Amino acid sequence: MIVGEQKPIEEISKMIAEYKTVLVMGCNTCIAVCHAGGEKEVGILASALRIKNKVEGREQNIEEASMERQCEREFVDELADKIKEADCVLSLACGVGPQTIVEFYPDTIVLPGINTTFYGMPKEQGFFVEFCGGCGNCVLDMTAGICPIVRCSKSMLNGPCGGSQEGRCEVNKDIDCGWQLIHDRLKAQGKLDFMDEILPPKDWSPARHGGPRKMVREDLKIDEKPEDEIEGITKEGEK
Amino acid sequence: MTEAQEKNIPDVSSDFEPKIVAFCCHYCSYAAADLAGSMRLDYPTNIKILKIPCTGKVDVLYLLRAFEDGADGVIVAGCEEGTCHFINGNIKAKKKVKYTKKILDDIGLGGDRLEMYNLSAAMGQKFADLAKEMTERIKKLGPSPVNSGA
Amino acid sequence: MKAGSNLEKVLEAGKFAVTSELGPPKSADAENIKKKAQYMKGNADAVNLTDNQTSIVRLSSIAAAQLIMNEGLEPVMQMVVRDRNRIALQSDILGASALGIKNMLCLSGDHQTFGNHPQAKNVFDIDSMQLIQMVKNMRDEKKFLNGDEIKVEPRMFIGAAVNPFADPFDYRVKRLAKKIKAGCDFIQTQVIYDMEKFEKFMAEARKEGLTEQVYILGGITPLKSAKAAKAINKFVSGITIPQAIIDRMAKAEDQKAEGINQAVETIEHLKTIEGIKGVHVMAIAWESKVPEIVDRAGLLPRPKM
Repeated sequence: MIVGEQKPIEEISKMIAEYKTVLVMGCNTCIAVCHAGGEKEVGILASALRIKNKVEGREQNIEEASMERQCEREFVDELADKIKEADCVLSLACGVGPQTIVEFYPDTIVLPGINTTFYGMPKEQGFFVEFCGGCGNCVLDMTAGICPIVRCSKSMLNGPCGGSQEGRCEVNKDIDCGWQLIHDRLKAQGKLDFMDEILPPKDWSPARHGGPRKMVREDLKIDEKPEDEIEGITKEGEK
Repeated sequence: MTEAQEKNIPDVSSDFEPKIVAFCCHYCSYAAADLAGSMRLDYPTNIKILKIPCTGKVDVLYLLRAFEDGADGVIVAGCEEGTCHFINGNIKAKKKVKYTKKILDDIGLGGDRLEMYNLSAAMGQKFADLAKEMTERIKKLGPSPVNSGA
Repeated sequence: MKAGSNLEKVLEAGKFAVTSELGPPKSADAENIKKKAQYMKGNADAVNLTDNQTSIVRLSSIAAAQLIMNEGLEPVMQMVVRDRNRIALQSDILGASALGIKNMLCLSGDHQTFGNHPQAKNVFDIDSMQLIQMVKNMRDEKKFLNGDEIKVEPRMFIGAAVNPFADPFDYRVKRLAKKIKAGCDFIQTQVIYDMEKFEKFMAEARKEGLTEQVYILGGITPLKSAKAAKAINKFVSGITIPQAIIDRMAKAEDQKAEGINQAVETIEHLKTIEGIKGVHVMAIAWESKVPEIVDRAGLLPRPKM
């Protein structure tokens, strides 16, 4: 899932200061699972902001709303009236949420209440770890199912480097050495000879380095119009 | 607290009678409050008790809503550590109280307006004491700006 | 001859090689490099120029290499993959070769969080293994990484680092084999303090026939004090100084002199290990001691090739 954390209240408060009616808008998918921007966190933040406004004598309407997925138009549209009534939307979704609103509600001011951090997993309650870098070119088959791109601090394809000590990364003793994990798992599987192969330089073009990415599935499209004519889709790379 | 100490409690603002919401666990502090009554112990009437099945039920949002709706102070009163009827509900509450105190500091209301206490069902006196202690603390802090503000 | 560097000639001739290391200044001070270069003159076959070591901004290794060439020394240009992508790396390799730099050391580089710009975005487009392979292909196949032809290829004697003391230990010899397979010509090891572990590593490397395929230079760094030794243990990952050495330093009347003694002894010991073809003396911020160490270890005069 996508993991994120709420921005400090002070920063949020400054961001929304000039708006009369603020709609704090949550998303009940990933960001709710990491306890940063679901319905409950919307309630907590909205309540805190209302108290802060009273303490500081500021008049402002803080409204609350949340939806199943802020990254899909169908769900966003259910709140169309509330969005249009607000002077600004403070989104507690990952970075995709606010931009989805921007995409379909061009006149609405949308502000981010979340710092989106990574794709990860809750290792235990309240403890999240990064597992995927979204590089567009998965190598888990070569690395015993452990990602060297995000779990090695240097994204090495031929690790571990000389900084690996007692299973820990040189960057920080709290970080597991990704390549130690890969090594141990390959060893247990009797596949340590995988590490004798030199993995070639990675093609980073399917990653963000190839510019903004998109994916088109002709088999799924309903609209017969070519992709660049579909209403509301911004054409990337347009001159 | 001794009787003498009780009498020494300064009356900072005689006009101001704080509203204090106490989230009390059914298994300990709620019974302790009841016992304080049976024992005919005096404690301030400022405390409004809300019975909950366990302090583990307390949520950050409950605490904030209490302040938003005008509470000058909030108490969370649970079982002594290690004696929770739901194993560790009071430990969870302790963490939530700590988290909420941080929010209260961040928004300028002040974390001091919120406190957690641990006591058993047999501690009628302790309940009366904590009620007095919190009432005095909130009196010193003055009315919540939520009430006096805009 | 792969690159025809002095270091390559010395190793090819079967002489015990000496390389040293010079850390460029945190300024544009060319005089600083010229001054440090004087300590190396006649005392080392080639001198490494570090590439922003520990992620602290310093004068570039290519420029520093040119400056010491002007002083009549041979450089080993260090190159890390932390700060440059494959475009910049290849460009700088071409440039370095055009300037007459004939040795380079391929490294991944300390992570930027150690340095003085921890907010920096790192690159790590390719890793150190792939860098070795890339330089080798540029030199031997006259090909860029993308397969395009290079009309005038860079001639580099390719070095790599190994750390026999890092974990997982059972993988370290295999990793050396992998670097040889990638195409490196010489190895400079991490600083050696734990001789027992190093001997084990070398025995394993000999068993695999690796010492026949690559020139291994043992890393030496004189300790300044017992306190410094403890700090290295605590803060530098990949190096462990055995307690016996720290105790010996602590007992010494003149700890600095004791550090030099130990460095000399380590070199003497390395000379007896089969498969060790030279030493790499890194006197970090203590370059002035290089002549003494090399002299006392009986490594002077350096051969004229």
